[in-house]
Amino acid sequence: MSESSKKDKKVIRCIVCPTGCEITAENVDGEVKIIGFGCKRGEEYAKEELFEPKRIVTATMRVEDGFLSIIPVRTEKPIPKESVFEIIKELSSIKVKAPIKVGDILVENIHNLEVNVIASRDMPTF
Amino acid sequence: MKSLDVDIAVIGAGSAGLGAAIEAKKQGMDVLILERNDELGGITLQCIHNGFGLKIFKEDLTGPEYIQRFINEAKELKIPYKLDTMVIEITEDKEIYAVNKKEGLLKIKAKAIILSMGCREKTRGAINIPGFRPAGIYTAGQAQRFVNIEGYIPGKTYVILGSGDIGMIMARRLTWLGCEVKAVVEIKSYVSGLIRNQVQCLEDYNIPLILNHTITKIHGKDRVEGITISSVDQNWDQIVGSDEYIECDSILLSVGLVPENELTTKAGAELSNNGGPIVDDNLETIMDGIFACGNVLQVHDLVDNVSEEAKRAGKNAAIYVKERYGKDQIKKDHIKIIPGINVGYVKPDYVNFSNLENLLHFHLRVKEPDRDVIIVIKEVNKIVYQRVRSFVIPSEMIEVRTKFKPEVISPNCRELKIEVLPVSLLEVLDEVG
Repeated sequence: MSESSKKDKKVIRCIVCPTGCEITAENVDGEVKIIGFGCKRGEEYAKEELFEPKRIVTATMRVEDGFLSIIPVRTEKPIPKESVFEIIKELSSIKVKAPIKVGDILVENIHNLEVNVIASRDMPTF
Repeated sequence: MKSLDVDIAVIGAGSAGLGAAIEAKKQGMDVLILERNDELGGITLQCIHNGFGLKIFKEDLTGPEYIQRFINEAKELKIPYKLDTMVIEITEDKEIYAVNKKEGLLKIKAKAIILSMGCREKTRGAINIPGFRPAGIYTAGQAQRFVNIEGYIPGKTYVILGSGDIGMIMARRLTWLGCEVKAVVEIKSYVSGLIRNQVQCLEDYNIPLILNHTITKIHGKDRVEGITISSVDQNWDQIVGSDEYIECDSILLSVGLVPENELTTKAGAELSNNGGPIVDDNLETIMDGIFACGNVLQVHDLVDNVSEEAKRAGKNAAIYVKERYGKDQIKKDHIKIIPGINVGYVKPDYVNFSNLENLLHFHLRVKEPDRDVIIVIKEVNKIVYQRVRSFVIPSEMIEVRTKFKPEVISPNCRELKIEVLPVSLLEVLDEVG
């Protein structure tokens, strides 16, 4: 969690359900005030989205000898949002070799984030 | 011509076809899947983003991961399939004509058929955008296939017309790949796709969503050079003098999906107002033994719902083969399900009277967004089902699961009407009578 002592205010649209509540999260010297959520899950979502927004990154990597020339991949776990672009860039420069099975680890511990990049599908050889 | 006999033929090996085939096989049927692509899996293969499987597997999977589970299961069950095989006709007698390069023309005689051909995207021709016809205009799903399967990026700067889910997901995907998405332009006053996608695909990357606007001219003769957008009034008519030019080299269209039903109508099955075949609660079309599931029946929001529907179609087709095939068909005792106030369409179109006490699955979409509504099912003016919802929007399909006790529906009921009413209106109706 952020140790910032500044006053942060952010308006977040909740994506937990279709209602789309506007949630305002305010951080005053580390004390969080969250208003506008419609449910408990919305409150938790807003907390995470304000202090440590994370995303699963999905991308493609080049394949050698594959049935297709690229393979869809993803990070095994959500990673910090600010790392998204550098990870995609790195993945675009790596080539992997078929055959590959869904779930195979293609890149270990990418960017030292303690997250692996795994194959999203089987990729038989050509 | 090579001729084959099967219990159940499944047309299309996407999420619907695989789900239906797996269930039919588990019911002991001799099943054959026909697929026009060169691999099993359908469109889910190109949806490489996550958000699939939350309902069925309680996991956050990508599209390819989700469909891989079904592909693996179909292979474990040794369900026969033919790839690169295009079905060209289905007759009323459930004869299927198909072609492929290896075997030429094939005739497949099936006791039951499951239609699972999915849907296709509306194109520029369907919405009549004026201007030249340069290169650089794609549907969102077409661009998705180029980028995620073929490995090509179709342009550098984009405007996306329509705020459907695929368009928003492609906006993020292209941004991630270093392209610039100038705007998503939506003719309606609200987003067409899921709010989750609006937030995570557009707002996360500051991609402007321009509502109440449409493309009124495409510039560029050989390649797209830019577009003119204009604001529209409530009738979607262009407001004179509101034009704005945006430079771009590519346009993606994400303006809606249409169930793909040419084969269905040739087989004699009629379609309803959503473009999908008319079905009863067994997902059987008006042609005996021809069933439909997935996006060919109704365009779903979530693949999980397609799989669920497919499983029911597979099971019901197997029951048909075991219990009804080859016997004199009894005249069906049907109740018509009518879409009423603020209901765009509802599936199924009919419910068998004898199935009223079983768990029924109704799916519908509202015509307009609304807050604080009540979903009601009425026999004439008597409410036989009701549920309150705080928010409804056309992009979110509404599911109603219910059983009816025998005393609730009168024995001579011929119609049930399903409506989405403001709670306040219902209170007024209560006071009146």
